[in-house]
Amino acid sequence: MNVMQAKLRPFDAPTGEQPYRPGDYHRFEAAGRPYVYLASAGAVFEIDPAVNRALQLVEADEYQHDELLALLVVDGKAAEEAAELIGEMAQIRLIERGDALARPAPETPPAAFPLQALVLNVTNQCNLACTYCYEFGADKIATPSGKPKYMAKETARASIDLLLAESAARKSVHVTFFGGETLMNFPLLRDVVGYANDAAAALGKEITYSLTTNATLLTDPIIEFLSDNAIGVTVSIDGPADIQDKHRVYRSGKGSYEVIEPRLRALVARHRTRAVTARVTLTEGGTDVVRIYRHLRDELGFHEVGFAPVTNSGDREYAIGDGEMGSVLAGFHALADEWLEAALRGEGHGFTNVSETIGELIQGVNKSHPCGAGLGLMGVSPSGDLSPCHRFTDADTHTMGNVAEGIDRTKQQDFLGRGHVGAKYECQSCWARPLCAGGCHHEAFVRYGDTGHANLHYCDWIREWTDRCLHIYGELAARNPTFLERFAAAKGL
Amino acid sequence: MKHLKPINRKAHKIEEQVASLDEDVVGLQNARPHVPMGCSLAFSPGWEVDASGGTAGLCQPVERDIYDCYVTCFWPVQVPDHVNYSPDWASNCAAATKDWRSLDLVFP
Repeated sequence: MNVMQAKLRPFDAPTGEQPYRPGDYHRFEAAGRPYVYLASAGAVFEIDPAVNRALQLVEADEYQHDELLALLVVDGKAAEEAAELIGEMAQIRLIERGDALARPAPETPPAAFPLQALVLNVTNQCNLACTYCYEFGADKIATPSGKPKYMAKETARASIDLLLAESAARKSVHVTFFGGETLMNFPLLRDVVGYANDAAAALGKEITYSLTTNATLLTDPIIEFLSDNAIGVTVSIDGPADIQDKHRVYRSGKGSYEVIEPRLRALVARHRTRAVTARVTLTEGGTDVVRIYRHLRDELGFHEVGFAPVTNSGDREYAIGDGEMGSVLAGFHALADEWLEAALRGEGHGFTNVSETIGELIQGVNKSHPCGAGLGLMGVSPSGDLSPCHRFTDADTHTMGNVAEGIDRTKQQDFLGRGHVGAKYECQSCWARPLCAGGCHHEAFVRYGDTGHANLHYCDWIREWTDRCLHIYGELAARNPTFLERFAAAKGL
Repeated sequence: MKHLKPINRKAHKIEEQVASLDEDVVGLQNARPHVPMGCSLAFSPGWEVDASGGTAGLCQPVERDIYDCYVTCFWPVQVPDHVNYSPDWASNCAAATKDWRSLDLVFP
């Protein structure tokens, strides 16, 4: 409130001969309105015609302050208005000038970031032999030799103790049961849930659960237990019989569809407390996304279906070729159309790949790391070794302490240092980095031998998909904003 | 912001931040003047423009600047530190309008 400030202009005063340049943003249009997505922040703004015009000018050529001002005045604005317009754009960094400085990277979270979730690998054994499995397949990084195959009760309980102790002030923590095939160690699961409920209650914390399974071992009592304990279930399934049986097979080579189909119907019918989700791995020859979705959502009754291309080192026969990636995207777009239409009617849609991104766009997340691995989330191997997530389970190269001895902070720091988006050179000029942050650490390690490498093989794909979700977001912001509010409330955002 | 409409939470935060900057920087001659108590309207120097946007209401002697900054508001010049090392620097000046000549020189 002092006199000196009264002399300041509303934005950095123009000095020298430095032209404006476009800032770090991505432009898109939806519902006939122009928008910008600010890549330095993850913010979405609707822009008016004046901003649109000014951006067109700056994108096309270099202008000094006075030149830009003159052009905008010619466009029918008073000089004062035009200066205000430029100032507003400069304030949110839609236009910049001066030396090109490094883009501000999101802050690194504190070293002792509170744990929020553990993924317990209750066994590394599996009754299926899916050909593309990252745990047992050609690109595996796990080194399970000489280690326990099943997690012991004591290890599981020590994991819960660690989770609660390291969760600091968090009110709520989460445990995911994973494998191998998780249900091959169901007795442990039953014990841990009882123990964890008591331990959490004693500390006044809430604890929630989920589980991933191939569904082959689901029985009615198990389904009842899952429903009674509100354990969210994700089923790894690739689609209808012909696609499922291509890779998701028993050791004999026999497909698993016939076995799981009746069990899935029972699961969907009787699990009443949490959404039942399908997680589809897309492989060569199994990329008809719409057909897979229809089957899983409409015929089997899954509440949500999410898709991800198979992780591979680049030259596996099951990898999706460039040509087929196009058909995956076409399928994604078709389902995205459906998602938007449903949302405009005020209804939800089960295509997870859109739902997840819309949730992140509502908040405007700007990620320092692609996911919570090694940060709020860690994996626990059957032996009790900690790793950044379930995908690094039993991999000696990525051990990050042990549930008995605690988190190895040095290794954690190394992992998080490499994985920070600011450390990924290629990401610095990409507008999709607030949501992507370079992509999966595990995928990067398999493909490039470094968890901190950006997943360059997906960049175009990620940008196209993020752009698509921004369109959906823009349409809804213009045509049904209350849906976005309800969506955020339902997701607890 | 006039030309940009925030449509997600992060954008709203940016808007709030920008607005807070705007409110912190107000020229006295602007349409909605921010006039700190004791400035310009009465015998109170230190502001480059007075409440009417001119300079007629301002006082010239720099001593008055110093005295008023010490008493009522902040002014980024060498004001004697009345908290730490010269608590009595203005004790001879009971009424600035009359006694400003009695203000001590301070050599910290």
